[in-house]
Amino acid sequence: MHRFAKPSVFLKLTGAMMPWVVALTVILTAAGLYLALIGSPVDYQQGNTVRIMYIHVPAAWMGLFCYVGMALCGAMSLIWKHPLADICARATAPVGATFTALTLITGSLWGEPMWGTWWVWDARLTSMLILLFLYLGYIALVNAFDDPERGSKAGSALALVGAINVPIVKFSVDWWNTLHQPASVARMGGPTIDPSMLAPLLIMAFAFTGYYFIVLVLRVRLELNQRRIRALQLSGLFDERPVASGDHDELAYDQGHNAGASK
Amino acid sequence: MNEFFSMGGYGSYIWASYGLAALAMIILLVMTLRGLRQSQTELDQLETVLKARRPRRTRTTDQSPTS
Repeated sequence: MHRFAKPSVFLKLTGAMMPWVVALTVILTAAGLYLALIGSPVDYQQGNTVRIMYIHVPAAWMGLFCYVGMALCGAMSLIWKHPLADICARATAPVGATFTALTLITGSLWGEPMWGTWWVWDARLTSMLILLFLYLGYIALVNAFDDPERGSKAGSALALVGAINVPIVKFSVDWWNTLHQPASVARMGGPTIDPSMLAPLLIMAFAFTGYYFIVLVLRVRLELNQRRIRALQLSGLFDERPVASGDHDELAYDQGHNAGASK
Repeated sequence: MNEFFSMGGYGSYIWASYGLAALAMIILLVMTLRGLRQSQTELDQLETVLKARRPRRTRTTDQSPTS
């Protein structure tokens, strides 16, 4: 685990995977969109509005999935002080926030024609809105400190405490019997949804997962660049010794962490 | 074709959902790519500046005994 967590190994591995994931994501998106918009039947009650589900539900899954990933990275960052875990959590937050916001917006666009309202304070909708606020709070918090270390500590703590909201979102439709319909895919006893609708749903979910992977890798690279820029600027400003001496904390975290992992 | 776009009268809701999803995901991707490109340029500039500074320093230390 620690071996893969070395930034250089992460970059090499994900760099090799990148073209394949991009190709796969493009294919999945095209197939998913075709099935969602043309190749799937209309719902016997909801007519064509059921097509909103193929965006709404995968986006909601991704919103939760990204949050779990972010909270796990936060835990790893707190326990092992691993910079890459913190970087992954930071890179995940905007993707998760985007998917969560899309869930709320597409849900609204689905609710208006089918429920007759854009919004109700239903348990599922409310817990999903809290999820969005947790993402936004995390993003604001990690960037609120001059010292990135302190920002990541505060952010990781927030992400972990907020993880309690994930099961609440998932089971809200069972615990509180309100307007939002209960689960029809990830439920005990198997999916109750028709295969012709399950296929585009799952394909879109995999396409979104591919998109998450792509943006995650790009944002990790971005964050690594920014940390290196910060380290070089600090060493260039305050340190008269050559930069390559590697005695600066952030510049040397790659080697430094190796030493830490091998003991 | 018109039938396809009207989506049984729900076209505006459905196309708004798909359109906004595509827009948000593309914006995030483009912002990420732009940030990555900017940071790469900045990093390259910084590295060339610092690299150019280093041999000069070694040269001055080399020259110091002779002067």
